[in-house]
This record gives sequence, structure tokens and C-alpha cells, in this order.
Amino acid sequence: MNAAAIYAVEGVLLVSITSDITDTDIIDLQETLSTRIADTECRGVVIDISALDIVDTFVGRVLAQLTGVARLLDAETYVVGMRPAVAMTLVELGMYLPENDTALTLSHALDKMRQSGLIDGLRRG
Amino acid sequence: MVFDEADRIATIRLEQDRDVVKARSRVAQAMKACGSSELMQTRFVTAVSEIVRNALNHAGGGTLAIYAMPGRRLVGVECSDNGRGIEDINAAMRDGFTTRLGSLGRGLGGAKRLSKAFTIESSPGIGTTVRMIGACSLR
Repeated sequence: MNAAAIYAVEGVLLVSITSDITDTDIIDLQETLSTRIADTECRGVVIDISALDIVDTFVGRVLAQLTGVARLLDAETYVVGMRPAVAMTLVELGMYLPENDTALTLSHALDKMRQSGLIDGLRRG
Repeated sequence: MVFDEADRIATIRLEQDRDVVKARSRVAQAMKACGSSELMQTRFVTAVSEIVRNALNHAGGGTLAIYAMPGRRLVGVECSDNGRGIEDINAAMRDGFTTRLGSLGRGLGGAKRLSKAFTIESSPGIGTTVRMIGACSLR
């Protein structure tokens, strides 16, 4: 899948979504990512949506589902890189993404995870 | 809503989900061409994404025509399908109404809020046509 890339960064899985991701890709991503979370035993996931020009109701719903699946696998998810115009549009849609923690950038998300002790040693056990 | 004094600048057949991406990027390009701000472009492209996906997922496909209204800094779209139509349009427009498990039911009402003008016509058994106008600036 080239519509999203998953990197291991400081013990966190960084998911970088490209601008031309399709609905099918994003559903595939859900499966790939949950497998990677279990395989790597990571405690944190960061989804970078800075390349996305828009987030519509479908993508918003999938982000919530990704977070939900990760949480069941004992990993916390941050959505980072949201463009201001996307945030304003989501609010107009009535989509506040209550399931998702957000941070402006990857480094903010990593800071927050360090503070909450999620990525101290970065690995479980 | 009729796009009388508008130029049809593109027609996109909606057959697979890659066509949704294509539709979004073509509308974004048209908005940019009329000097749209990032916010206005994001709002309208999001609206287009919602209705185009509806045509694909609920009607199995359709057509999106994109119109430019050069002097007026507006972009128009007409999304038509030959699906089974919408029985109760008023209900379908309400936030929270959905025929699908897991869907949020915010797409159609959201698309209306995000566009400058919005009409929907639907005949059960014949199909649905949504027309929207997006403004490139608030003024």
C-alpha cells in the first residue's frame, strides 16, 4: 500500500497518510496498522494528516475507528498535522472527533505521550 | 439551480473510489483558478467529496459535471446518478439520518451547510441529482 506509510519512530508508530488516499486504502490501513500495533507492541500511534486537503465525514469516522481499535490493543492515538481550514470545516460538519486526541505536530504528540508515561521506555513490559 | 451562464470545464465519471479523489482534485483546481482562499476551497471540496461518495456508494456510480462561473468567482457542480433515489429527502438532509450502519449521517446536511447554494432532486427508482455552488470568497 503506498497511500499511507507506517514508520516506527521513538517506539511510536507514525502513520503518514498521502493526499490521494482512497476509501479502500484507508480501510486497508486500518487492518495493516492494527497488525503492526500488535506485532511491535507499541503504546502509541501518531496519525499525520497534514497531507490531507480535506477530512470529510468518512475519513473522520475512520480516524475514530483507528483510535478505537488501537485503544483495544492498548495503544493511544494522536492525530497530528490538521490544517486550520480542515478543523474549521470539520466543526461546520458537526464532527468534533471526540474519540481522537489531537496535537499540532508530531513532536507535540511525542511530548504529550512522554508526559503521560506512554513512551518512557517506549516498549511494553 | 441551472448553470446557464457557466462553462462546463470537466465531466468525471464516478465508477470507483479513485474517481472520488479525481473529482476532489479537479474541483480544488477550479477553485484555485478563481483565486479561492484555502478555507473556502476546503469547505467546498469537502461538500463535493460527500455527495460524490454518496453517488458511488448508494447508487453504484454517477457523473460529476464541474462548471466555472468566471466573472463571479463561483464554481458549480452537478452530481447525478441513476440509483434508486431517496424516498424522504427532508429526512435524508437531517444530521444523524443514515441508512447505513456505522455511518454518521452528516454528509448531505453537511454538504448543504458547506456550499453557497444547494439543491437536490430525487425520484425513487430513477435517480438523484445534487447541484451545488461553491464561493471562492465570502464576499
